[in-house]
Amino acid sequence: MKLRITLLVVLLCLVAAAALLFWPRDHQAGEAPPSLSTAQLDTVARGRALVTLGDCEGCHTVRGGAAFAGGRSIPTPFGTFFSPNITQDAQYGIGSWSADDFWSALHNGYAPGRKLLYPTFPYTNFTKISRADSDAMFAYLKTIAAVQVANREHRLKFPYSQRWLLAIWRGLFFTPGVYASDTQHTAEWNRGAYLVQGVAHCSACHEARNALGAVRSKDNPSGGLVLSWYAPSLSVPAEAGVQTWSEADIAQLLRAGIVTGDHQGYTFGPMAEVVFESLQHTDAVDLRAIGVYLKSLPVIAAQTQPSRVGLTPASIPIVMSNGQQVYKDNCARCHGEQGEGQSTAAPPLKNSRIVSMNHSVNVVRMVLYGGYAPGTELNPRPFGMPPFYPTLTSEQIASVLTYIRASWGNSAPPILPDDVEAGMTGPLW
Amino acid sequence: MTPMRKIARVLGVALLAHTFTLYAADLDTVEQRALPCLPCHGKEGRAGPDGYYPRIAGKPAKYLLNQLVNFRDGRRFFPMMNYLTERQPDAYLAELAEYFSSQQLPYDSVSAQGVPEATVERGRILAKDGDKSTDLPACSACHGDNLLGALPAVPGLLGVSRSYLDAQLAAWRTGLRHAKAPDCMATIAKRMTPADIEAVTAWLATQAVPEGSGPQAAVPSPQPVECGSIS
Repeated sequence: MKLRITLLVVLLCLVAAAALLFWPRDHQAGEAPPSLSTAQLDTVARGRALVTLGDCEGCHTVRGGAAFAGGRSIPTPFGTFFSPNITQDAQYGIGSWSADDFWSALHNGYAPGRKLLYPTFPYTNFTKISRADSDAMFAYLKTIAAVQVANREHRLKFPYSQRWLLAIWRGLFFTPGVYASDTQHTAEWNRGAYLVQGVAHCSACHEARNALGAVRSKDNPSGGLVLSWYAPSLSVPAEAGVQTWSEADIAQLLRAGIVTGDHQGYTFGPMAEVVFESLQHTDAVDLRAIGVYLKSLPVIAAQTQPSRVGLTPASIPIVMSNGQQVYKDNCARCHGEQGEGQSTAAPPLKNSRIVSMNHSVNVVRMVLYGGYAPGTELNPRPFGMPPFYPTLTSEQIASVLTYIRASWGNSAPPILPDDVEAGMTGPLW
Repeated sequence: MTPMRKIARVLGVALLAHTFTLYAADLDTVEQRALPCLPCHGKEGRAGPDGYYPRIAGKPAKYLLNQLVNFRDGRRFFPMMNYLTERQPDAYLAELAEYFSSQQLPYDSVSAQGVPEATVERGRILAKDGDKSTDLPACSACHGDNLLGALPAVPGLLGVSRSYLDAQLAAWRTGLRHAKAPDCMATIAKRMTPADIEAVTAWLATQAVPEGSGPQAAVPSPQPVECGSIS
């Protein structure tokens, strides 16, 4: 009996300790690496630049809706999130928030009243933002006119719909803390790291998430599947790694949305949106710092896809021959007989990272739906890839991709009709 | 080097450079940029392979631009069009609109197979005279006497498939398609019954388009309903 009571007491103490451990606490402080830009900006202009680099407007605006008034759906494996209104509306927006409230959301991940926020709002990145920068962002958002649009409830599966469970998630995966400068590196590198890890929240898409939606790059050093596209890894040179690129080429890709020459790069899908709304407006000095940091990321080899049932040896020549015919009829005019490409209108398909990447969803979606590069200031009349879903079957698309991925020196595994069908889900974005 | 040789050499280099530029510049055209439109809208925008996607060739440029902007900004919804137009500046969309507007192409022949004659006749009356009892103006009151549109921004109604016309009128009736306010076509479509829509699209979709005809120079006046997209 005595033993039982003792055990019960110990258990209760453990639960209480766990709750205490996991319950959110305020965390303050931290200096950010200062901007190296010579541009003299006042607080609101600095906040605006940060809000633009974070592309807050991108998620917090629905197509056809008022800027920052929320309502955009974010489909995830856990259900669909709807971004909230962050205009100055006192009822639905953040009009009644103080600078402390805003800091708590960014840095500690909860809204007024200790309402725990889902990490779809990337406070796991934003926690690295300094208090001064948070205040500047808040000052800029104060200038956004109130728009009275009610927020939509998230539509989440059980148990993810239970917001209180976030206390445990946070205990496992979230440590608040402003970016700490690494004295081993230059001021420029630190500035780049601060922006990339913090407000620009690149890892929110470019790093894999675990089964509970937490970015766990150490366990899984690959990119992430986001909004039906694959955000390639920035650590893997065969994906989106830029370790061997020049800072100028990196800046060109991020500003124009496309770069040709020594290195070929194209943005499409959600990244085209990031370039268009955010990166093309970034201060040149900051963009260079971002490049310096991205170049220094440790090189990681691409993960090999788990083996699966593919083509039988007997069917390979048939698929290749069908694919070659589809290529001649539909692709060669622009991309060239040998996949060599032509100017900026049609990228080369040989030695192309997009073509040969292990995760094939992007190249499948490019053939299915085509799309234009973003119409940026540096590339205001972009060329586009025609959609082929109206004219080609899944089988034809699979065979032409299999042919392209195994020709002219490319040696990537085949694409099956099932892969093409799988690429047909999700928002086009 | 003799002067003749010098000239020949300069010419040769110039010719080589010219050939090279030609090759590189070969694709630097609006036609190349418009390629993504063609799988659905057909060669030169003359209408799609499956009869649904509308002909865009020869429509007033301002009308086409209005639609591209409407798709981009969320007043019209069709995933493929929203996807292709987003993140493109007005000037570029205008260039593409001009390109398709300038394509003057013959229309395909049409037939009125399978539609009751009374329905087609009711459609002709709606298109040409309207229906005063339901406050429905004639299509021709804005879309031109020959229903091939009016510059700068009123589209023609002929040479477009019936399924497309039906879908657009239904979308306006149910609030899925929008134009700049005041949205005249939303007002008009909401006055129409499903039977009206069936009749008018049956007639419109079966009118042959004479070769060489196009939108008239100006919108007829006075307009029966105020339109934000043509003012």
